[in-house]
Amino acid sequence: MNIKSQKDFFSGLMFMCVGVAFAWGASSYNIGNGARMGPGYFPLVLGVLLSVLGGVITFKALVVETVDGEKIGTIAWRPLFFIIAANLVFGASIGGLPSIGMRPLGLIFGIFALTFIASNAGDEFNFKEVTILAFILAVISYAAFILLLKLQFPVWPAFLTA
Amino acid sequence: MELFDNLALGFGVAFTLQNLMYAFIGCLLGTLIGVLPGIGPLATIAMLLPATYALPPVAALIMLAGIYYGAQYGGSTTAILVNLPGESSSVVTVIDGYQMARQGRAGPALAAAGLGSFFAGCVGTLILAAFAAPLTELAFKFGPAEYFSLMILGLVGAVVLASGSLIKAIAMIILGLLLGMVGTDVNSGVARYSLDIAELTDGIGFIVIAMGVFGYGEIISNLSKHESERKIFVASVTGLMPTKEDFKNMVPAVLRGTALGSLLGILPGGGAVMAAFAAYTLEKKTKLRPGEVPFGKGNIRGVAAPEAANNAGSQTSFIPLLTLGIPPNAVMALMVGAMTIHNIQPGPQVMTSNPELFWGLIASMWIGNLMLVILNLPLIGIWIKLLSVPYRWLFPAIVLFCSIGVYSTNNNTFDIWMVAIFGVIGYLFIKLGTEPAPLLLGFILGPMMEEYLRRALLLSRGDWSVFVTRPLSASLLAAAMVLLVVVLMPSVKSKREEAFVED
Repeated sequence: MNIKSQKDFFSGLMFMCVGVAFAWGASSYNIGNGARMGPGYFPLVLGVLLSVLGGVITFKALVVETVDGEKIGTIAWRPLFFIIAANLVFGASIGGLPSIGMRPLGLIFGIFALTFIASNAGDEFNFKEVTILAFILAVISYAAFILLLKLQFPVWPAFLTA
Repeated sequence: MELFDNLALGFGVAFTLQNLMYAFIGCLLGTLIGVLPGIGPLATIAMLLPATYALPPVAALIMLAGIYYGAQYGGSTTAILVNLPGESSSVVTVIDGYQMARQGRAGPALAAAGLGSFFAGCVGTLILAAFAAPLTELAFKFGPAEYFSLMILGLVGAVVLASGSLIKAIAMIILGLLLGMVGTDVNSGVARYSLDIAELTDGIGFIVIAMGVFGYGEIISNLSKHESERKIFVASVTGLMPTKEDFKNMVPAVLRGTALGSLLGILPGGGAVMAAFAAYTLEKKTKLRPGEVPFGKGNIRGVAAPEAANNAGSQTSFIPLLTLGIPPNAVMALMVGAMTIHNIQPGPQVMTSNPELFWGLIASMWIGNLMLVILNLPLIGIWIKLLSVPYRWLFPAIVLFCSIGVYSTNNNTFDIWMVAIFGVIGYLFIKLGTEPAPLLLGFILGPMMEEYLRRALLLSRGDWSVFVTRPLSASLLAAAMVLLVVVLMPSVKSKREEAFVED
């Protein structure tokens, strides 16, 4: 059997999996009955509903013709990786990673790390330009978030301030 | 007149120096971010929300409303000047607006959008003020069964009027409802789906979802397109004033757009997008005057009507939110989240228990609209400069502000890990062609819906017929059914698809 719409086929699968997962999770809570709903009641109903809908979507994707097959296309691994990585590294610098004993490196370090990593996601990477951008962003963020809005962030690396 | 007393109270609140300043800052920031191509009002509000945390509730809401309008306005500017709709409601503005810009008439196009929106905003505010009180009265007659049915109607409305596949949109809503289940159940105290992670017992933050899905997901998808597809042609602007002829064409279009927009905005799920589409279709149906430019070739009515409609719609979509506490669309869902952060539970009780806030907000909406005209028309040069900032400088800044915004909500890095996960999920949604806006709406409504369902069935001792035996509830459900049936009818179905692929 041919897949007539790739997008619908896989989104249907996704909905089915998520629906089943939630319904299965709900069964470990008290379901109760209509008059006295337990914590599992509503999620169970929704989970079943979602998997049914997912099934219908998948089925339609196998049966109903589409013009171009609605291909998913290539996945942009490069931006995906660098944007998410930039975000994670920023989180690690600002909050530290207590589980491996890493102490916060602070906002300024985080901004430079984020800018340099995220910039790799684009088509071109110009070291000088990125450095200037990181510097500008650091100054703006310091002024806006630390001086103006007085948010409680570690600004400098913990080993310098402590 | 009670209406005028109320409005006077509102203007008294809004016209303090402090609140005027926050309205101004909100509009400025909203426009600043909204003008940037590829960032819609949702991402803008999510990104700027943390900036309001430190403010008192009234000021915070005023600023947020300003941000919302600013983002919408900024979106139109981008649409007209660079042929890039910043948000879905300005998709139709692009068609004629950009053509006008290419013919060197960007100025009149911007003026038509600005003045049209301002007029629509004034009317919308008046309607909001007039309807708020009676609707609030009605809201007090609502029991849990009515609220549940109303939410069903709202959710159905949201998918019916949305673009794209109906069944996928419904699935996204349910997915959103399920995500809303994560966290401690208020009745039993059971931590649901928390996977033994302490932070998840508080549930998933809506900012995390909004920023991950709308912010990161969009950025990744934008970056995956080649530079040439993002190529920006910035039209130059010379002379703002429309000609006399332009005004003659514009005025009736603005009036029609405003009427249509106000009407569609009140309907659950309607809001700005549908209003703009409907207004453009209506204009296309009316006869061209002799010597008038055809639609799609730079007709000023094609700019004025949808812009007026989307602004009127975004104004009146505050009505269900403020009177019933039910967000009619994703942007309003974000507003609910914002209000909850400031300890305001949106709903009928806001008006009675907190009249300064309620009327102050309404008054400042009008002030915000006025400020936007002032901000946008003379300062257009600055916004154009912003448009020429290359994307490779923009996106690291957006990633940074999202990260900082997310972290500052709870000062907890856990939220940053979560936003990374939702960024990946958001990109997945784009790749699978599933619209994320209904998900956010479902997410906000999830816990409310469960609570009302539970209460309704508790009162009826488990009898489901309560939803159809109570007249108000039954008519709400019937309306939802009618909406669904109408959309599924073959003739309407093909029309609907047509409307959304409009050249």
